[in-house]
Amino acid sequence: MRQLPALQIVCALLLAACGGPSGKADAPTARSADQPPWEAAANPFVVPGWTSGDKASWQAQMTQRAQNQNEYLRAN
Amino acid sequence: MARMKFICDAERCIECNGCVTACKAEHDVPWGINRRRVVTLNDGVPGEKSISVACMHCSDAPCMAVCPVNCFYRTDEGVVLHDKDVCIGCGYCSYACPFGAPQFPTNGTFGLRGKMDKCTFCAGGPEGNGSQAEFEKYGRNRLSEGKLPICAEMCSTKALLGGDGDVVADILRNRVLVRGKGSEVWGWGTAYGKPAAAGAAPVKEGTKS
Repeated sequence: MRQLPALQIVCALLLAACGGPSGKADAPTARSADQPPWEAAANPFVVPGWTSGDKASWQAQMTQRAQNQNEYLRAN
Repeated sequence: MARMKFICDAERCIECNGCVTACKAEHDVPWGINRRRVVTLNDGVPGEKSISVACMHCSDAPCMAVCPVNCFYRTDEGVVLHDKDVCIGCGYCSYACPFGAPQFPTNGTFGLRGKMDKCTFCAGGPEGNGSQAEFEKYGRNRLSEGKLPICAEMCSTKALLGGDGDVVADILRNRVLVRGKGSEVWGWGTAYGKPAAAGAAPVKEGTKS
């Protein structure tokens, strides 16, 4: 009967060892937030004519750029 | 707010596959994945029609609806993007998409079906704009460089138009009215309205709306 407390302690330690960190990396479950496109890319390929961080300026650039696809403005 | 859209003019597409090639080169898309492709109906028959197809960045995207891990998101500009760090490569989106836009690499994290890859409207992904991490996962972020998608910008016949939906729709509408051909296609009236109702110039004889 004297061995019972010692056995309980050993069992408690063994159970405690099962509760540690799993060591498995958790997959991300939430999307990262995206950066808005009017914040200019960090590379040297950004075209001039608009201001980084200025949404209205970027939208104007997009509209003007889209008109490059309209050949009725380029020819005739 | 701009809502980014693609329009492909079947009267102009000559099936050159330039858009496909430009997309693959611009984004270093791996072998076996085609973010964009050209589909031809009645190939080889006089009167055949071709259109360039990729993700249409749907307003109510079925891929977003079925994704079990919610890896998709829509930007304020209407571009449907996804986070490859969250994607589990299950393939539900490819079954849901009516355009076959989601593509899966044949090797990678999940063996025979890796993480999904699709057209980003040249808008990259969640990583920092123009960063190396973004480029390696999603390709170039041309929107944040002040440019439009490479496929549309380099289209030699300007069959493929990309940009703010209102702007490209105006370009196409004007083109169809000037040439007097194209408004007979199914859905034209729904998309652009009857010429008289829309206050547009009278359509030339021989066209329907």
